[in-house]
Order: sequence, then structure tokens, then C-alpha cells
Amino acid sequence: MSVLNSNIPKGPLAEKWQNHKNSIRLVNPANKRNLDVIVVGTGLAGASAAASLGEMGYNVKAFCFQDSPRRAHSIAAQGGINAAKNYRNDGDSVYRLFYDTIKGGDYRSREANVHRLAEVSVNIIDQCVAQGVPFAREYGGLLDNRSFGGVQVSRTFYAKGQTGQQLLLGAYSALSRQVAAGQVKLYSRHEMMNLVMVDGKARGIIARNLVTGEIERHSAHAVLLCTGGYGNVFYLSTNAMGSNVTATWKAHKKGAFFGNPCFTQIHPTCIPVSGDYQSKLTLMSESLRNDGRIWVPKAKDDKRKPVDIPEEERDYYLERRYPAFGNLVPRDVASRAAKERCDAGYGVGQSKMAVYLDYASAIERYGKAEANKQRLPNADKATILKLGKQVVAAKYGNLFEMYEKITGDNPYETPMRIYPAVHYTMGGLWVDYNLMSNLDGLFVLGEANFSDHGANRLGASALMQGLADGYFVVPYTLGNYLADDIRTGPISTEAPEFEQAEKEVTDTMDRLMSIKGDKTVDYFHKALGKIMWDKCGMARNEQGLKEAISEIKALREAFWKEVRVPGDKNEFNPELEKACRVADFLELGELMCYDALNRNESCGGHFREEYQTEEGEALRDDENYTYVAAWEYKESGEPVLHKETLEFENVKPTTRSYK
Amino acid sequence: MSQNTMNLKLKIWRQKGASTPGKMVDYTLNGVNPEMSFLEMMDVLNQQLIEAGEEPVAFDHDCREGICGMCSMFINGRAHGPMTGTTTCQLHMRHFKDGDTITIEPWRSAAFPVIKDLSVDRSSFDRIIQAGGYVSVNTGAAPDANAIPIPKEDADSAFDAATCIGCGACVATCKNASAMLFVSAKVSQLALLPQGAPERQERALRMVEQMDKEGFGNCTNTGACEVECPKGISIENIARMNREFLRASLVKKKKKAGMAAS
Ligand code: SF4
Ligand code: FES
Repeated sequence: MSVLNSNIPKGPLAEKWQNHKNSIRLVNPANKRNLDVIVVGTGLAGASAAASLGEMGYNVKAFCFQDSPRRAHSIAAQGGINAAKNYRNDGDSVYRLFYDTIKGGDYRSREANVHRLAEVSVNIIDQCVAQGVPFAREYGGLLDNRSFGGVQVSRTFYAKGQTGQQLLLGAYSALSRQVAAGQVKLYSRHEMMNLVMVDGKARGIIARNLVTGEIERHSAHAVLLCTGGYGNVFYLSTNAMGSNVTATWKAHKKGAFFGNPCFTQIHPTCIPVSGDYQSKLTLMSESLRNDGRIWVPKAKDDKRKPVDIPEEERDYYLERRYPAFGNLVPRDVASRAAKERCDAGYGVGQSKMAVYLDYASAIERYGKAEANKQRLPNADKATILKLGKQVVAAKYGNLFEMYEKITGDNPYETPMRIYPAVHYTMGGLWVDYNLMSNLDGLFVLGEANFSDHGANRLGASALMQGLADGYFVVPYTLGNYLADDIRTGPISTEAPEFEQAEKEVTDTMDRLMSIKGDKTVDYFHKALGKIMWDKCGMARNEQGLKEAISEIKALREAFWKEVRVPGDKNEFNPELEKACRVADFLELGELMCYDALNRNESCGGHFREEYQTEEGEALRDDENYTYVAAWEYKESGEPVLHKETLEFENVKPTTRSYK
Repeated sequence: MSQNTMNLKLKIWRQKGASTPGKMVDYTLNGVNPEMSFLEMMDVLNQQLIEAGEEPVAFDHDCREGICGMCSMFINGRAHGPMTGTTTCQLHMRHFKDGDTITIEPWRSAAFPVIKDLSVDRSSFDRIIQAGGYVSVNTGAAPDANAIPIPKEDADSAFDAATCIGCGACVATCKNASAMLFVSAKVSQLALLPQGAPERQERALRMVEQMDKEGFGNCTNTGACEVECPKGISIENIARMNREFLRASLVKKKKKAGMAAS
């Protein structure tokens, strides 16, 4: 038998979660008082879990590296959150949300988990509204919805372009209430540096107080990692600057398996890189593709201004290649098509690594409609454009403003330049149905786990998963696990395992501080990012991946010889923080390449150039790769692959076609 | 797109730690690309300092897209610099000129002690929220989301107040270092919604009490906070909070009087 047991409950798909809830063990309130839980990360998953567990009576310790839990990167999510409420009466249902998510994930996720996600999606909206989250509403006072990411129903709830902010502030308020009640103790500006395993169970963490540099031991009966994704392995991504893999990577090195690390999502509509000083990339909401048309010039190296290029000399390549879906193809398809044009030499802008997103025809179309509405049959062109701009401003004004702030260009007058950028990582630590990793007592929630999005995540699903895991899944499944621990008593931090884990941390830091080389941490991070982007990015091939593996090894060696970390370890030292994180990215990058090399197929965000159809579309290999690749860390030598076979009992995998 | 790079003089506040005195230090930075963001300009400076064997300038930042509220620099005497509606991370160098001298300081307020250089401790904001910036509803106890219709206008006003990013620019800008704009934004958001109604009086009292405890100054209605707030939080919220507070104080007094009489 495989070492991986997904612990999916028996019974029909739609009844699994309810049956499971009915049969799992509970911890009574008096005993919860004697149980400690560590939650690392305070984004949607972490804040919602910490708050809910505090309400239930557990003693919770919550950690975040930011100066306040309210700043976790969930805050930056723009578009919205899906829920199968069917408030539109447009035929939505739990099953449809489940089906869309499975299909969107290109049949590489677990049916049972995804169905549960769809089930609890409706409770999330109720919870958030009760907390005072100001979702968009209609004039009648009821909640508004919009459609998103190419699905056929309107199931996305939103708060203008800052849904993530409002949901996170809701979870943060619930968390704050538990802090006030004494149920949650908050450790801001703390970074988890190691996991502590005692007798085969996760029993604590080693954390660094980022203000004083002090190394602290924290014990608990269970540890929850809610630390987000690892997109910053690419250096440039839409992630916040501090987003990192350290917590999950340290757990991986202690034995937790890493699931599908090569599944990364490249988002098609981001503001392109402007120079080598660039520190991060900014996403422009996907909703812009609803009305914008994407094109490049038909001639290579066309130096004309975009507005001077006549219609017939433009290549609207998405409309050309995918007449049925046009500019609305899924994220992975749109991203690859942009890369294809730029690689072929048709890119625009200074770097030639950008395509145009054009609103001129939308402005004209809306302007005409508006002129009709206002009964101005003879409106001249200027009036039509003026009216059109007003309509576009009402819909997308904040995005256009953001674009102008960053680029200095006015998108009402000239097309925006966009290019794909790393946005989300579907891979993460492997977890079972209970969200527990293969290490007892180590739970992983939200983007940090691998579980629900398969090889490609649909828009407006990340917020849903983070909150589902934290509010509605782990509060049940954790109790089932902790039922065995009610008589354990407090875990001592004097155990030799704590001593050892702490020593590992101080040794690493001492080593980093003592190198005193001549290159900055960013130098290595950028070099790693370039290898990853070129060889393990939007398109991968065997040769490139093999090269990447040896290049990363060499880079890692150079890092440990030549990096310079200024300052002292016993003080506030952002460069040391970065150095510790980059050291882990330098190991993770290699694993991602192994995973991409192993998967001899193309699916979702993973595109292997050897496996494509004649028209350049992804070619899945269901016979050989319908599994989760769960990797085991080895101190020396290559990582070891374990497979969890995915069973599709309710949905039959088919080829995704958007032609 | 301008290709001309700029040479700048920077005057930056350097302070080793909370208990050591700080001072302004001069730096010259050449070859600044106008397309850079302000924080990317700081990155370039820091890379040069590290390579020269010096200590880089510590500053707070995370999302770099104007939403997390972590960045916090006082640039040429203004919180988040010269542009309105813009956080430091969203400020770009094209708004400066070749040869400019730029002064960069941390937020200054007794309630925001300096940690190092430009980094300050804003945990007082967290404690104010903990004092009452929430609706007391446990997970799982919520009715259907559409059970209570909320007029669109109220929902929109609540949303506007809720967009505060907790950056502290309002405090840094206020000559009294008052936190009224921040506190009133949360009080207003929840007072405008039926969900927040049952606790509105207690909430206003407790949050204001915590604000005073943290050492923030009094509001004298100068309106400076509204001008510098990167999210355009309106001082109407302060007026609304004052009403909430007054009403709550009256109710409390009456209750006390009632209790004494019975
Ligand atoms: S009110 Fe404005 S300035 Fe004050 S913390 Fe909120 S966003 Fe910042
Ligand atoms: S870094 Fe997040 S708002 Fe500036």
C-alpha cells in the first residue's frame, strides 16, 4: 500500500462531508481548554481558523511576519469569491461549482475535497455578511453577483475591486475579538523558522522575533500552516514581497510531502516588467478581458504607436486562434498565447515582452449604446467617445487609474501593455481529506496545501478555499485528531527535539552571517527567478528542466559562499529575513523542476512543450498521470516520488476545448 | 516613456533602535530611472549600501500595490509623499526631477515608536480594533446572507469607510497625532450596517477609550488627515463617530443614574 492515505470518507459524493462530520470525534468544551494550537499565517485561511478555533475554546497562538495580521497577502485579491448560492436563479448549484472547479483544474484535483469546497461555499458568504463585510449590493438591498473566469453562471460575490481586503478584514476582526477574549495570543513580526516533531507528531515551532532577533520555542498539540503560496521563487510575481515558502519548506524537510510543486498559475493580465530594478509585478483584474481586445502588430518590430497601426495590420491572436471563447479563454491558455507571440518576435513596448489590451472598440461600442439610450441619434464621434469613456470608467475606473499610476500612460487614449506573470501556486504540502499532512498533527490550509485546484485554479476560487478551510473544515477535522490528546497535558519546550530544532535554526543563521561575501541576497534571488521563469515557467521541456536543475545547484552553492548579509542576527534585520527565505527558495526551485520533469504531459498551468497537439494545445496523459505527485525530501540525493492516484467517479475527464 | 535618468540627494532618517537617538544622513543616488517606484529607488540605494559594506535602510513594505498598508514613509514633509490618493509603494519617481533633494522620515507619533530607521511599531492600531472593531458573531452562527436587505447607499458608504488600510498616515500627518480618522472609519463601517447595530454604543466607547490609552492626541478638526489619507477616507466619519460616542456616553450616564435610583 502507498504511504499516502487520502482518508476520503465512503459513500456518495454529496453525502461524504455530512457523514464524516456526523461520525468524527468531538472534544468537549472543558477539554478544549487544555489543548494548544499553533496557527502560522494570518491570511484568509489562518485568520479564519485561528478565530474559529478560539471561539470553540482552544488556546490558540497565531503568528505572522507582517506588523499586523491584517496585512497578510490575501488582502490584495481583487476580483471576488465564488459561492453556489444561486441567488440569480440561473441554474447554479453545488454540483455545478464542483464540476467547474474540477474541469478548470484539468482533472488533477480530488473530487471529494472539491465537492466539500462547493458545499461550504454558501456558508462562507453568510458568515462574512454577518461580520459586516460590505459586499456589493443591488438597489433592492440584496447581494449582487458577477460572472467570472469563463463559467456560465453568475456566482461571484465581490466588493468592488478589493474583495480580498474586505474578506480579510472580516476575518481579522473575528480574530481580534478572540485576542481580546484571551483565546488567541498574537505574535506579529514573528517568522516560523522550523517545525518541531516529538514522537512522530508535530508539537511546536521555532520562531524568530523579527524585531529583537530572539529565537523562541512555542509548543502545541497541533500546528496549522496557513502560510500561502511560493510564487516568489520566481523573484518577480504578483505576490507580496514577504511571501515565502519557509514554513512549508521546513515542514517538508521534517518529512511532510510536497504535492504537485510544479503547478503554478501564470496570470495573463499583469503590468509588464519595465526594467531590471523591478521588484514585483502588479495584476490587473481578469475582468478587463470581458471588454478589452488583445492584439499585437502583424509585422515584426513595428515601431509605430499602437493607435497609428491600422485595423488590418493588427493580429487579434486570441480571437484568431479561439473563435469560440476569444479573449475569454482560461488563464493558462491566454498566458501561453501571449508568450507564443512575443517569443516569435511580435511583442510590443521597450522590452518586446508585452501585448496590447485595447479598449478603443469597447469605448466606441458603449458610447453608441449610451447615445441611443440618451436618444442622441446624431451624436458625433467625439460625443460617442466621451460617453463610452464614462461607461468604461464606471466599470473599470479603479483599474485604469492603477495602470496609469504605475506606467504613466492613459489607457483611455492608448492601449494598455500587459504580459503574463506568476500569480498563484496550486501545489503545496500534501494533505488528506482532513487537511492533515502525512505528519500527524501538522495541518495545512489555503494556498499552502495542494488540494483543491488541480493543475489550474479558476478565478474567484482562492478566497473561497482559504475561508472554507479555516472557517468550516479544520474546526471539525482538528477536533477529531485532538480527541486523542485530551490527557496529554502541556507540551514541554524543554524536550531535546525543541533543542535540536532550535540549533538547526541558529546554525543556519550563523552560517549565513559568517559568509560575508560580496553579493547581495537579491542578486541570488533574481538569478534564481530567471532560471525558473525561463525553464520552469509558462512552458517547460526536458532539456531545459535538466539544465535548470544543475544551474540551481550551482547557484545554491555560490549563494552559500558569496552572499553578504549585513548587520547582526540579534536585531531587526530585513536582509537576514530575506536571506533565510531565499535559501529555502533555492531548494524548492530544484524540486519544482524535478516535478515538472517527471510529469510527461501537459495539463493546466503545466505545459511541457513535448506534449502538445498539432495546434499547440496542451496534451494530457490520463492513463499515466492521473495522480498527485507527492515528493519526499531526502537529505542527499534526489527527492522520492509517492503517488496518490486520483479516482474520478462522478466526472469523466475530457479534453478542455475553447476553440 | 522617458529615458533620462536622474541624480538625487537623499536625506534619510537613520536610527539603530527604539532606544537610540537617530539622525538625518545624506546619500547621493545616481542613475535613477523615472519608471521606478519609490520603494524600488530605495532598493537600489540599499543594494549599493550593502555592496559598500554599509547597513541598508530598514523600511516596512509588503504588497507594493497600495493595499496592505505596510509601507509608511514621510517624504518631503508629507505622509506617503507628494501625490494624493497614493501610498509610498505606488509613488513613482517620474514625479521627481533630476537634482532633487528628497527627505525621508518615519511616521512620528508617541503611539508609533520607531523600531529601526523608517520602520515603526503600529500595534496600537491592532489593540484599538481588539477593543471593539468587530461584530460579535461566532463561526457558524450566521443567518442566510440575503436575510437582511441593506440599502445600497448604506452598503456603499460602509464600503467606503471599510477601505481604510490601517497605514497610519492620518496619525503621522496630524499635528496632534490623533487616530480619529482610523478609528472613525471602523466605527462608521459597522454603525452603518444592521449587523453592527446591537453593539454600536459599546463599540464606540471602548475603541475611543483604547485610542486614548495608546497615547494618540485629540482631534482638533484640522482636516489634514483626510488630505493625506491614501484611500480618501472622509472626515465625515469623524463626525459620525462623535455622534455615536456622544449618544453612547449619554446612554451610559442614564443607565448609571437609573441604577443609582433603584
Ligand atoms: S484612515 Fe487613511 S490614513 Fe488613516 S490609517 Fe486608514 S487609510 Fe491610512
Ligand atoms: S506596501 Fe502594501 S500598501 Fe504599500
